[in-house]
Amino acid sequence: MSTLETQGLGKVYGDFVALAPTDLKVEKGEFLTLLGPSGSGKTTLLSLIAGLAEADSGRILMNDRDVTYAAPYQRDIGMMFQNYALFPHMTIAENIAFPLKMRGTPAAEIRRLVQEALDMVRLPHIADRFPKELSGGQQQRVALARCTIYRPSVILMDEPLGALDKKLRDQMQFEILRIHKEIGGTIVYVTHDQEEAMTMSDRICLMNGGRIAQLGSPADLYFRPQSLFVADFLGEANLLEGRLVSGADGEGVVRLGDASEIRVTLPRPLGQGAAVKVMLRPQNIRLEDTPGEGLNARLRSWSVTGASTKFFLEAPALASDPLIATRATAMSARAPEPGRDYRLSFDPRDAVAIPADEAA
Amino acid sequence: MAAIPAPARPPAATRRPMSRRSRQLLMAAPMVLLLVTFLIYPSAQLFLLSFQKGDGFSLENYQRLLGTPVYLTVMMLTLKISVVTTIFAVIAGYPVAYLISILPKAKKGRILFWILLSFWTSFLVRAFAWIILLGRNGVVNKLLQTLGISDAPIALMYNFSAVVIGMVHALLPLAVLTMLSVMENIDRNLTRAASTLGARPGMAFWKIYFPLSFPGVTSGALMVFVTAIGFFIFPALLGGRRETMITQIIIEQIIQTMNWGFASAVAVLLLAVVLLVFVLYDRAVGLSTMTGESAARKGRPGRRGIFSRIGDAILTGLGHASDAIIGLFPRRRAREGAPRPLLGFVTVLLAVMTLPVLLMIPLSFAESGLNWPPQGFTLKWYQQIFDSPIWMSALTRSLVVGFSTAVLALLIGTPVAFLMVRGRMRGKTALLAFTLMPVVMPNMILSVGLFYLYAKIGLVGTNLGLIIGHTVIAVPYVVLTVMSVLRNYDTRLDLAAQSLGATPIRTLRLVTLPIIGAGMISAFLFAFTISFDELTIALFTSGGMSATLPKQLWDEVSLSISPLLAAVSTCLFLFVTALIVAVGLLNRRQK
Repeated sequence: MSTLETQGLGKVYGDFVALAPTDLKVEKGEFLTLLGPSGSGKTTLLSLIAGLAEADSGRILMNDRDVTYAAPYQRDIGMMFQNYALFPHMTIAENIAFPLKMRGTPAAEIRRLVQEALDMVRLPHIADRFPKELSGGQQQRVALARCTIYRPSVILMDEPLGALDKKLRDQMQFEILRIHKEIGGTIVYVTHDQEEAMTMSDRICLMNGGRIAQLGSPADLYFRPQSLFVADFLGEANLLEGRLVSGADGEGVVRLGDASEIRVTLPRPLGQGAAVKVMLRPQNIRLEDTPGEGLNARLRSWSVTGASTKFFLEAPALASDPLIATRATAMSARAPEPGRDYRLSFDPRDAVAIPADEAA
Repeated sequence: MAAIPAPARPPAATRRPMSRRSRQLLMAAPMVLLLVTFLIYPSAQLFLLSFQKGDGFSLENYQRLLGTPVYLTVMMLTLKISVVTTIFAVIAGYPVAYLISILPKAKKGRILFWILLSFWTSFLVRAFAWIILLGRNGVVNKLLQTLGISDAPIALMYNFSAVVIGMVHALLPLAVLTMLSVMENIDRNLTRAASTLGARPGMAFWKIYFPLSFPGVTSGALMVFVTAIGFFIFPALLGGRRETMITQIIIEQIIQTMNWGFASAVAVLLLAVVLLVFVLYDRAVGLSTMTGESAARKGRPGRRGIFSRIGDAILTGLGHASDAIIGLFPRRRAREGAPRPLLGFVTVLLAVMTLPVLLMIPLSFAESGLNWPPQGFTLKWYQQIFDSPIWMSALTRSLVVGFSTAVLALLIGTPVAFLMVRGRMRGKTALLAFTLMPVVMPNMILSVGLFYLYAKIGLVGTNLGLIIGHTVIAVPYVVLTVMSVLRNYDTRLDLAAQSLGATPIRTLRLVTLPIIGAGMISAFLFAFTISFDELTIALFTSGGMSATLPKQLWDEVSLSISPLLAAVSTCLFLFVTALIVAVGLLNRRQK
């Protein structure tokens, strides 16, 4: 059963289509991330689900109840805001108790639940402090406790980690996942950080220009992008230009610019002769020292970026942009020589053909 | 403090920059000098005078003041009028400020324009408008008769209500602007968060928004009260014989009987009340809330006090009650944007705020005198103004004084603003408090003090005297305006310019000033308007034959009400409107 469902949900501001009619189903207990660049409609979708903005078309169902025009307080939701939105005039305990008070929970029960919630976010001793006296990370945890304490069926999070530094971010990602597991709620999470989305989500709903670009597991989106936008947005991608020679059952052959033919994966069926781009992730390209049959490229430069070493290669016949290949950095590796030709090899399963003419 | 050894003279070629301390002193010095000489010194003089009788120390003035029933009545009435005015202004102003704070930028500006227009229209012009409005043949009486509510004209003027109506009308913009400065800083996400957490609209307002806006309510009330208590225009023009306020006694004592000692005692009493109110306010709420910062809560461990729990219970009750009332009405589908009842209320209030002055304008072109409805069209009143040497010289004087005041206030105030925003120094809060003294101190006290001082050094009746007096009250506004401009200015731009080879002076000329220019012009226009509208100082120090425009208007209004004065008021109003529009356009272009 889906906890949350939108049917043809849309929102327009004047001439600007913030969200084209969108269908989306979120399963119970699922961690779904709305990912996309700014202006892609992810925050609009979240606001509509929260009831902070009103839909122009379509319906929102929560546990099969139509809540399209229900006020936020009539929906069974919890929301974590980007700047935490802790009430500055209330203590931490009062902040966390607020939703319970609004629901008429008895005082003794409130006290018990608040302490439990504080223990859960590992801040047992700050009940009587005010939000201003806490660090960003602590405020984050309090906001998390506040929007989960009443066990809403859907918890919405609007870029909750945007204001934290990298290290704290990683820590909080882990924390949110732990609490998600503990309370078992459904989470809809908005972020523009693809790494965060990949780390945390059961499924990612990648959005662009007010519509869903692709919906699927992180691995799906990463390895089987259905459009250039998806390929480009998630991680680095090399795109080789070519035409589909033949294709069936998710596999095909593409003729590249240098007239060579390679075997590729087809995430969705394409017509014969279609212009395609073949996506290759940098870490999936192997550089063979011996030039020969196959794809050749000339090494222009290379740099050590940490755990991996990046190679920038030129192959004008294959792609207009330089190609990038990576290899794990190791002292034992022989220093590459710029100006030398290398042969590129890869597994056909890692080469994904995407229609080239698709806008964005 | 230990003496700081004088630095050895550096060789002349590499002129060493002035030490930070002496540069800071130099920046603050003109303002400090101005306020000490023309605010503190004269006030201290008054204080001493109030304890003098003949040549020796005496408490006779105070004995007379506190021992005469008439004066006690006046004091009680002054307090009563001020308190009632404050209550009405804050209650009526709250929804307006609230609406402005939640509206999107474009609509916000439109409403704010009307508020600012009222705010900058001089009290005198607005009082005069009410005289016409509430008169025997005024709009209100005509309306009542047309509606059949009354047969004959009712006496609407010269009573307590007329004074309160006029004063609430006059101070509403101040209440709105003060409250707005706090409300603008309330995060809109907080009420949204409350809503997602299960709070209905009434509860979200009373438990979240209202407590957060409360510092605005208290500081608005404070500003309105201390301004109201120093009023004399409204009781004098709209009140009857009984509606006399404390400042009127001062005027009477000085102008009619020249009793400096007694007038000083009244002034000292007035100041004492104002200071007492400030002290009480600081104790209860904390003065830091005035600057728009929320009061830093002390991290009190443990339970809340009994008062906060009672307050919480009351707010919860209000929340339930509001939600019950809201529940009676069918819910509108469109939840976005401001609620309609609120929009309606604010629209009516803005109309009431603006209409009195607007209704005066057609009467200034009417042949029928000040009777409503206006009949005929004539320019003769305007012709008379331009033919009258008295009015024209008053106009010239007002323009000259206004312009000089603005220049002087900007020259003196700007360095202080720079110091406050950019300078690293201790005692900034103290300096700011010092700067704001002219705002806190009733203008009447300043005026009497200046009159006494000027009489001794021969500045009475001179433009210079007026310019100095007006600069004293305009400087705080210049400092505040320039400070807010500087706060929004990224100082790294200066560093960037200097790293690219610009000298500090060229940086100022080519980078800093072009960016903050509009703000500086705003400050200039504010200072000009303050001087142009100012009556109290002009009342005493401009002397018989050298009146400013407001002074001339006041003199004539006190004698008789004529359509000519409606024409003068219209001119004043249109002039200020033009200035406000200019400031608005400047600020828009800047953004």
